[in-house]
Amino acid sequence: MANVPSDLKYAKSHEWVRLSGEVATVGITDHAQHELTDVVFVELPALGRQVKAGEACAVVESVKTASDIYSPLSGEIIEVNRAVADEPGLVNTEPWAGGWIWKIKLSRPEELNTLLSADQYVALIGAA
Amino acid sequence: MKRTPLFAAHQRLGGKLIEFGGWEMPVHYSSITDEHLAVRHAAGLFDISHMGEVWIDGPQAEAFLNQVLTNDLRKLAPGHGQYTLMCNEQGGVIDDLYAYRLGPAEYLLIINASRIPNDVAWLQEQLSRLGPRAGVRLQDASEATGALAVQGPRVAAFINAGFPGPLTGGAAVGLPTELKKNQVARTQFAGRQVWVSRTGYTGEDGFEIVAPGEVIEAVWNRLLELGRPHGLKPAGLGARDTLRTEACYPLYGHELDEATTPLEAGLGFFVALTKGEFIGRPALAEQKLKGVSRKLVAFKMAGKSPPPRPGYAIWSQGAVAEKIGEVASGTQSPSLGIGLGMACLPAQFAQPQTPLGIEIRGQRAAALVVPKPFYRKPD
Repeated sequence: MANVPSDLKYAKSHEWVRLSGEVATVGITDHAQHELTDVVFVELPALGRQVKAGEACAVVESVKTASDIYSPLSGEIIEVNRAVADEPGLVNTEPWAGGWIWKIKLSRPEELNTLLSADQYVALIGAA
Repeated sequence: MKRTPLFAAHQRLGGKLIEFGGWEMPVHYSSITDEHLAVRHAAGLFDISHMGEVWIDGPQAEAFLNQVLTNDLRKLAPGHGQYTLMCNEQGGVIDDLYAYRLGPAEYLLIINASRIPNDVAWLQEQLSRLGPRAGVRLQDASEATGALAVQGPRVAAFINAGFPGPLTGGAAVGLPTELKKNQVARTQFAGRQVWVSRTGYTGEDGFEIVAPGEVIEAVWNRLLELGRPHGLKPAGLGARDTLRTEACYPLYGHELDEATTPLEAGLGFFVALTKGEFIGRPALAEQKLKGVSRKLVAFKMAGKSPPPRPGYAIWSQGAVAEKIGEVASGTQSPSLGIGLGMACLPAQFAQPQTPLGIEIRGQRAAALVVPKPFYRKPD
């Protein structure tokens, strides 16, 4: 059974979005962390940075590869999760909670409509 | 892509299959870290069937091989092997390999998968120069032969049960665990002849088994069955790379290539300059006399940083920083929890404690040259 919370929105590049007013918390999905296996380093985006939807804004490194993480939405990076800088394994153990990576103040909330629902993400990853 | 005889086993075990030098091989089954730590603390089982096996025999086999390889084969009694290199006329490395003396005039070379065509062509060319009555027979058995490596401190607890039959050739021992490091013996498995050597590429105790392709899967399954109660796990190419990097073992194509000599790679111990003539000897003797202008170093990241990876630029530190080389091998060490790597740098930067800057995504992260190896197994 797929671990894909129904209250989140998803990008095709395997990021999730939890919305709270005009602020979105972003992380990578359980499917993504499972593909990466052991995360050894997270490069957080710079605070205050303006990002556009689809832009690479963080890097998650496993033993074998460095993977770009893309911002699902446009806006300003207002908070980053220092905990994953100190303990990169949180991305593996708590992808939906403690492993969040950054928070963004949305500049174009209408972009939320371009993201996938949980059902659509489940279909994308081919999980029943 | 090519597949080894263990491909079905990899699929059954849930191996994550990737392309590696034209082969479809497992990079991991559970995770690189998990498998790496299994080898360090218990045992890991690796498919190395993609590697090459070349049999050489005949009255002139020793003389021929001693002429194309750098280490001195005369040191080997039957049942003994040695790490050695094959060089071109300039002293550049064509391959690094293991040479085993199986009998008085019978040898087995274990060569890198990526170099099989190069090595066999080179050996055949050198052999043809000796003329028709060379007294040497060469057979490339790579396609028909499988191999596996079983590595870790717990291997000695279960390996003997895998090969209960008498040991009938090579080193005169009664059981695989009586083999000393680099010794090899012949035994049987499922009615076929197999060779068991006490060697490996991980820095741990372990064995490598060379067997006909038709029986290697049965050997694999038997060792898994015997080893699981002792913590044995199948291990993929990812862990193989992190383990050998921690042990500072070179990988052809990274620390070694045709433009690098064994002396530059710190492998002078395996170059017997006084044994007589061999291909590359004059160039290597001159290099030894003059001193190498570049050297393979080991380095550790100075603190928390992304891992160093092959190809990243390396900069000197100080008033005028300049680019001095590139990472040859690099990873986040699962055993030591720090980024580490190897690189060939100008000799003046080879002293331990030399500060370096590793360029990672446009920023330079501090690193320090350290003595080799990073990891040594506890006695």
